[in-house]
Amino acid sequence: MMFVIAEQKDGVLNRASWEVVAAAQQMGGPVTIVVPGATVSGPAGELAAADVAGVIALEHEALGVYTPDGFVAALAALVAAENPTHVVLPHTYQTRDFAPKLAARLNAPLAADCVAHKAAEGAHVYVRLMFQGKVNADVVLEGAGPHIVTFQIGAFRIDAVKKGSAPVAVRQVAAQVDASAIRQKPDAPFREAKQAVDLTQAERIVSVGRGIKGPEHLELAKQLAEALNAELAASRPICDAGWLPMERQVGSSGQTVAPKLYLALGISGAIQHVVGMKGTRTIVAINKDAEAPIFEIADYGIVGDLFEVVPAMITALKQ
Amino acid sequence: MKIAVCIKQVVSREWQVRVNDHKTWVRDQDAAWELNEPDAYALEEALRLKEKHGGEVIVVSAGPARVSQVIREALARGADRAIHVDGDHLATADAFAAADALAAAIKDEACDLVLTGLQSDDQGFAQVGVILAERLGMAHSTIIMEVQIDGTTLKVKRELEGGWFQWISMPLPAVLTIQSGINQLRYATLKGIMAAKKKEVRVVPAPAAAAARQRIVSIYVPEKTKATRLIDGTPAEAAAELVRVLRDEARVF
Repeated sequence: MMFVIAEQKDGVLNRASWEVVAAAQQMGGPVTIVVPGATVSGPAGELAAADVAGVIALEHEALGVYTPDGFVAALAALVAAENPTHVVLPHTYQTRDFAPKLAARLNAPLAADCVAHKAAEGAHVYVRLMFQGKVNADVVLEGAGPHIVTFQIGAFRIDAVKKGSAPVAVRQVAAQVDASAIRQKPDAPFREAKQAVDLTQAERIVSVGRGIKGPEHLELAKQLAEALNAELAASRPICDAGWLPMERQVGSSGQTVAPKLYLALGISGAIQHVVGMKGTRTIVAINKDAEAPIFEIADYGIVGDLFEVVPAMITALKQ
Repeated sequence: MKIAVCIKQVVSREWQVRVNDHKTWVRDQDAAWELNEPDAYALEEALRLKEKHGGEVIVVSAGPARVSQVIREALARGADRAIHVDGDHLATADAFAAADALAAAIKDEACDLVLTGLQSDDQGFAQVGVILAERLGMAHSTIIMEVQIDGTTLKVKRELEGGWFQWISMPLPAVLTIQSGINQLRYATLKGIMAAKKKEVRVVPAPAAAAARQRIVSIYVPEKTKATRLIDGTPAEAAAELVRVLRDEARVF
C-alpha cells in the first residue's frame, strides 16, 4: 500500500495533489490517498474519483491550520497504524516544511523534489536534480520504514490520473494529535503586494527576460499576455532591476510553475530560470539568439526580434 | 542569546560541473569552493540578531578538511567561534548523515537558536535543517524571510507560494531555515580576517556514519528530450503560424 498525502486549504484541493496521485499510480500502487485537515469531506470526495484503493479523511480540529508539529504527529501515527510501503507527496512549500521531520520521526528515508520515477530491476529509482540542475542523479532509498518521496510540481501530469469506474469509499479517521504539543502558532497568510498573483496556478504564462531591454517595453508583453489570457512573469534580472515585482519571478529563487503554455520572450534559458518552468506542457521561445539554451527545451521556437514578432502575434490572436 | 549557524561548503556556481568516470559524483578535485549562498544569509541573520540582542554566534560545518575555508570566512565576517565536524564521508553524505553530524556538535551547546540555509547548491536536499530540529527536539520553521525575538518568543515570517507570507510564533529554542535575500550580506573586513585567526575552531570527529538512506546510482548530464520545432518566415508569417499551432496542435488556448 502506498500513501499519497494530498494538500488542501480551507476545503480547496491543491491541484498538485492530483499529480502525485498519477505518480503513485505509475509507481504501481495500490494507492490510498490521505487528506489531512479539520473537515476535508469536500477534497476527499473529489479525490475519491481516482482509481485508488481508498481515501482517508484524516481529521482533527488542530489540523485546520497547517503546522509542522500537528501534521507530523497525525501522519506519523497514521503511518505507524497502516504501515504503507511508500508515502508520496507534492513538493510544495508545506511539504518542504514537514516531510523531513516526518522522515526523521519515522527514521524513514526521504527523496525530495524528485522529477521522475523509473522502475529498475524491481527497485524504485527516483530522478533528482543536483548542482542547480546542471546534472541529474538517479537515486534509490535504502533502509527500513516507509520510503517517502516528494515530486516537483509539474513532474507528473494531472491528465495522467486514472479515474475509477465509481468513487471509492472515503474513510474518516480521527487524527491522533495533542493540540497542546503544537509549538508553532501561525497567523493568517497575507500578501505584500496588492495585486499579488499565484503563478503556480496559472494555465498560461508570458515571461520576459533581458531581451525586453527596458521597462518601457513591458507594455508589449502585457498586451500579449492579455490576448492569451495569460499571467505575466519574468526571469530574475527583470525582478532584480525592479521592472516587475519579485512575486512574478520564475526560477530557482522564485516560483516553480507548470502551466499549459509558457511563452518565453527574450529569455536565454539559464538553468536557474529553467528549473522553475520546465514542467510546462508547451514551451515557446522567441529569441534573437539561435544558440540560446532556451531553444534546448522549447517545443516551438521563433528565432527573431521579439519587437517584431510579438505585435504580429497580438494581431493574429485578435483575428 | 546563543546562536548556532550551520554552513556548508559547496562547489562554486561558476565551476563547470563534470561527472566522474564512475558516474557516482562530480570531478571536484579541481573545483573552486564557496560558502553555500543560503547559508551566507543565515550567518548574516545570526550576526544581526547578535548585534541586536547580544550573545554569541557559533558556526558549525560538517565536512572534510577543506571546509576550514568557509569556517575561516564565517569567522572573518563576525562569528565568534566554530566547530568543524570532520569526516571525509560527509562530502557526499545524505541529509540524515549531515543532520546527525551537526546534531552531535550542537546538542551540548544549549543554543537558543539554530539557523541554516534552506537548501544547499549541491545536492539540494532541503532536509538537513528540519531533520536537525527533530533530532535536537526543537521547534522549527522553514523558508524564513524575517526573524523577530521578544524574550523567549520567536516570531518569524515564512514565505509561502505565489507571493504569500505568514507570521508564525514559537518558543525558543528553535531551528530556522533561512531564504536567500532575507538581508544584505556583509563581507569580511581586513580587521575581521585578522581577528578570525585568533578565534577558536574546535575540530571534532564525525559520529560513526549510520547506513546511508539515499544512494546515488548514477549522475549524468540530462539529455535533450525535446525536438524544437523552429518556425520560419517573416515576423508576421512566423507569428501567425505560431498562433495557429498553439491553438490547433498544442491546444493551449
